[in-house]
Amino acid sequence: MKTIFFHMQGYRDLPDDFADKYESVWITPPNDELCDSNKVAKYLRWNIEELELADKLGFDGLGLNEHHQNGYGFPVSPNLIASILARRESDAAIVVLGNTLPLYNPPIRVAEEFALLDCLSGGRLVAGFPVGSPMDTVGCYGLVPTEVRPRYFEAHDLITQAWTRPGPFPFNGRFTKLRYVNPWPKPIQKPHPPVWLAGGGSVETWKFATDNNYTYSYLSFQGYKAAKNLMQGYWDQVEKAGLDHNPYRAGFAQAVVVGETDADAEKLYLKHIQNFYAKSLHIPMHFGAVPGLMSRKSVEYNLSKGAGGGAFGKTGSENPYTTTWQQFTEQRRQVIGGSPDTVVAQIEEAVRSLHVGHLMVILQLQSMDRELTEYNTRLFAEKVLPRIRHLWDREGYVDHWWPQGATRNARTASPALETAQ
Amino acid sequence: MNAPLKTPVEIDPRFLPNQAMIKGDGKPVVFLHGAFGQEWSPPLDTLAERRRVIAPSNVGAFDLDELVHMDGLLDLLVYYDDLFNGLGLERFDLVGHSFGGMVAAEYAAMFNRRVERLVLIDSLGLWRDDQPVADYNYIPAERQPALIYHDLQNPGVRALMASQPTDTAEIIGIALDRMTALGSTNHFLWPIPDRGLHKRLRRIDAPTLIVWGAQDRIVPADYAQDFASQIAGSKVVVIDGAGHAPQIEQPEKVSAALVDFLS
Repeated sequence: MKTIFFHMQGYRDLPDDFADKYESVWITPPNDELCDSNKVAKYLRWNIEELELADKLGFDGLGLNEHHQNGYGFPVSPNLIASILARRESDAAIVVLGNTLPLYNPPIRVAEEFALLDCLSGGRLVAGFPVGSPMDTVGCYGLVPTEVRPRYFEAHDLITQAWTRPGPFPFNGRFTKLRYVNPWPKPIQKPHPPVWLAGGGSVETWKFATDNNYTYSYLSFQGYKAAKNLMQGYWDQVEKAGLDHNPYRAGFAQAVVVGETDADAEKLYLKHIQNFYAKSLHIPMHFGAVPGLMSRKSVEYNLSKGAGGGAFGKTGSENPYTTTWQQFTEQRRQVIGGSPDTVVAQIEEAVRSLHVGHLMVILQLQSMDRELTEYNTRLFAEKVLPRIRHLWDREGYVDHWWPQGATRNARTASPALETAQ
Repeated sequence: MNAPLKTPVEIDPRFLPNQAMIKGDGKPVVFLHGAFGQEWSPPLDTLAERRRVIAPSNVGAFDLDELVHMDGLLDLLVYYDDLFNGLGLERFDLVGHSFGGMVAAEYAAMFNRRVERLVLIDSLGLWRDDQPVADYNYIPAERQPALIYHDLQNPGVRALMASQPTDTAEIIGIALDRMTALGSTNHFLWPIPDRGLHKRLRRIDAPTLIVWGAQDRIVPADYAQDFASQIAGSKVVVIDGAGHAPQIEQPEKVSAALVDFLS
């Protein structure tokens, strides 16, 4: 299995009465009241130090994403941070999950910047192509809801053509018209960096993943039990498309906190978990469900599955501040937390039950400071990572969606070669 | 209120037939619905006593996929022009409410030989920085009525609310219809309902009546004057005790204004 240190890059200092005082963590939390640029300067340095530490500690990949106008995570341009990581001597993958395609105009910019990152990193880039959260696309960037997906599909076609066809060539799209498509450079990886899709459980995205043989990652903070149904929907689609059951076709994001013992973990992290669920996921339903954004089919599907909130929906109306450690980690399994033994066992259960090969661990949650994040990351890297790395090896699955230049812990299909190393 | 059955009108094969509600005989009047979807309000019944009233649905109102053919107002106006041809209309009176008001104004500016008389009711289409049009998407569904209507105790509003179903499947069906209809109007309005109508209002030749709810919380009544100042010879009627949908809250006053102006 591949484990990716995924950094949310959120605002660590939101006030305790945040959820009572403000309608949302996204789109409208007033910047002058809440976002101190000097604090952000500090957080940005911490974020990068934490990513660099994860690189040093042996995670298979470093994960970044893109979001706008919020305290949950505001990596407005993941490519800027990725370029800092790409410059380092390393054999870890850089998983940019990803560039929100509909927000780039013209989207050839993504083809160029991803190619640049791929060259700079020596072919270590994963090119993530998310549709984008409703808050980012229609809320912060003002896209017409009914045009988000059409723009996404067209941008995807332009970018993949730009990477695979000899330039210059004309591209006559509905939204983008370019007389000369001819980006310099093309990516090092051929035919192009592995493409990963990410989403909150949209039927259209699963189909798009299997049509193109891309991986799909489910990004949710509700844990693996709540994710089971949605991931099964994806695996059903994989089967319907006649593709193999390779777990590397799928990824999952999971918040993880590790202590020396279960009791230590509770003592160290419960407050931060509560903060995360109370503040970072404080998003009203109507911000995620703008009419026109989802097809009638998807809305119907979600209503029938009772999963209207998608990736950002809350489970129930409980107050996170009165939610206990047991509820977070045992009953709902939203967070995997405890001693290394507990964490290893739960990760194995999660990964097996969802059948995923790419695990994106979130080890920095909302209000966790630099020191505690490092503690969590080190403990995970030293006591958990070595014990989950072998998952899926015995079954002989090969990760065809891993960047060619990211050779850390490389495993080939041949056991003989592995022994020789 | 006695809404007529829908009469499907063929447009072109890319679109589902338009689900127009048609009632009455006589000189045609077209009513274009607002941002929240197709409706049949009491003033249309009054008009239908002496006129043929046609209330179409917006493109995409039942299938958002139709909107891939809509890259802006030009495509929309061509759609409505095809629809009016399909209905066999030549010159006709055009009434538009909210989103439909914007479409009606755009149509009357573009096809200015075709519209006989024009009525705009709490119309979208203009923008003032000092009084921005309210955002009716980014509020909880349960707070929308208080934004749309002046008074939730108004008999017209209460009658409308009371007619909502209680059966779960029906509620989901209506919620889906409403989301789709709103999605179809959002397509032409998001994120700011201004597509440059102010540049084209001067082309409107038809005698124009501008009707506004005095307590409109979505498009404040000052917008009525903005429309009036740019449409030569237009007349404004501000209706007290009404929000964004005066045809629901003050049906008698709106009926009287329509009958008076259109006859």
